[in-house]
Amino acid sequence: MYKILLNISIALFLILSIQENNFASENPTEKDPEHSETHKEKEKFNPGTFIFDHIKDAYSWHLFTYKGHHVSIPLPIIVYSKTSGLSMFWSSKLGHGHTYKDFKIALEGDNKDKIVEVDYHGEFVDRPFDISITKNVLAIMLSGALMMLIFISIAKSYTRRENLPPKGLQSLLEPLILFVRDDIAKNSIGEKHYEKYTPFLLTIFFFILLNNLLGLVPLFPGGANVTGNITVTMALALFTFIITTITGNKNYWKDIFNTPGVPWWLKLPIPLIPFIELVGVIIKPFVLMIRLFANISAGHIIVLGFFSLIFIFGNMDPILGYVVSPVSIAFTIFMSILELLVAFIQAYVFTILSAIYFGMASEEGH
Amino acid sequence: MELIKPDLGLLIWMLLSFSIVLFVLIKFAWKPILKALKDREKSISHSLMAAKRAKEEMAKIEFGNEKITALAKIERDNLLKEAKEIKNKIIEEAKEDAKIEASKIIEKAVQSVEQEKNLAINEIKNQIASLSIDIAENILKQKLGDQSNQKELIDDLVKNIDLN
Repeated sequence: MYKILLNISIALFLILSIQENNFASENPTEKDPEHSETHKEKEKFNPGTFIFDHIKDAYSWHLFTYKGHHVSIPLPIIVYSKTSGLSMFWSSKLGHGHTYKDFKIALEGDNKDKIVEVDYHGEFVDRPFDISITKNVLAIMLSGALMMLIFISIAKSYTRRENLPPKGLQSLLEPLILFVRDDIAKNSIGEKHYEKYTPFLLTIFFFILLNNLLGLVPLFPGGANVTGNITVTMALALFTFIITTITGNKNYWKDIFNTPGVPWWLKLPIPLIPFIELVGVIIKPFVLMIRLFANISAGHIIVLGFFSLIFIFGNMDPILGYVVSPVSIAFTIFMSILELLVAFIQAYVFTILSAIYFGMASEEGH
Repeated sequence: MELIKPDLGLLIWMLLSFSIVLFVLIKFAWKPILKALKDREKSISHSLMAAKRAKEEMAKIEFGNEKITALAKIERDNLLKEAKEIKNKIIEEAKEDAKIEASKIIEKAVQSVEQEKNLAINEIKNQIASLSIDIAENILKQKLGDQSNQKELIDDLVKNIDLN
């Protein structure tokens, strides 16, 4: 397993070194607000774009900027357009506003920073069906692979060292596994049904936790804002919603459509309560989605905001930039530590709320 | 606005990747891990129960031992008491027997002494009788040695005989 990972990283590095030459030959355009300190004086620093470029998904994985050249890992772009069918190429082809095979990354408009199909004159035609391996997709795959690596390896040590105390990585993760099983699953779902849901709860807990933590690491393979992406949190909430709906028993649906303890006239001519309950069913996962997304994104925005202060002041006067930087860095460190806490709390909150919804779905009659 | 607009491509990849991760982890990680944890907990609680039971049993055995010792002590005391009683009884009996025997012996001794005494008295009586006869004989011999004396005596005797 380790060897495979090593091979992947070597392959990535090779691709990177080839693609780097492509970038090196091109000068960065004025539309690149990335933080390059060497030519900051000439470029107007825009904290908004700086922050959002870090939070948003991207078609390539920007690593660092060296002497004004952006070094990124190019990622495969997979698009299906109605006119030209399926196309696959490296994202480096589209760097700096270039057009490749009638595709370009839109610089403005509704599809800003997304791939659009353009005609001969460079006019917008359509947004193709886009299943590119973006930065976030790669980050999800890497974290998924990392999770499988970690947990399958500790599963092996569990079966190998039967009935023995945990050792190494196993003893690091066992408290967390037990925490999810006992304090989250068993407490919220109940002794009778918790075993059915525990594997899923463990998976979302560790997936969110790992990606929260990786999101705090500024270097590859961290740095992608996976759990602060609404699409990702939507998918996670969707899983919770689907599992809740599928495993919901008779009582669960009875509580929704024929809520006990409510006067009949709130249910019969106009099904007011059932309607509210049904909305609640949708709102629950929706809130899960928003909460995780907002918390993680907000944390990143604040950290980057503090960091931007250096460049904002540096743009006014370089000396001022140096003066502000220690304060700014201190705040950034403080926020990062807070984010570390938030990473755990949000993983916990998402998991426990999912567990509570599962508990409602599998609750026996009152 | 783009920040809160879900992206279909990413959603598809996320659902796919997460489903794979979920499936693989459930099958190859969580099932064995949760089973191992459960087994371990079971074995720990089993061992604790077994230890508790062993302790209880030990206590029971100890209690039994104490009881046995106590019983043995009582038995011993009883035996000692009995032995003492028997001893005393034997001594008492022996004393009694000895007393009876002694009194018997004394009685016999007294009887034999009496017998001896009687015998001796008889002997002495006989001796005295024979001696008296001897003396009388000698005296008679002396007195009747000459004729005058014999005559005198016969006269005396005849005189004394009252022929009435």
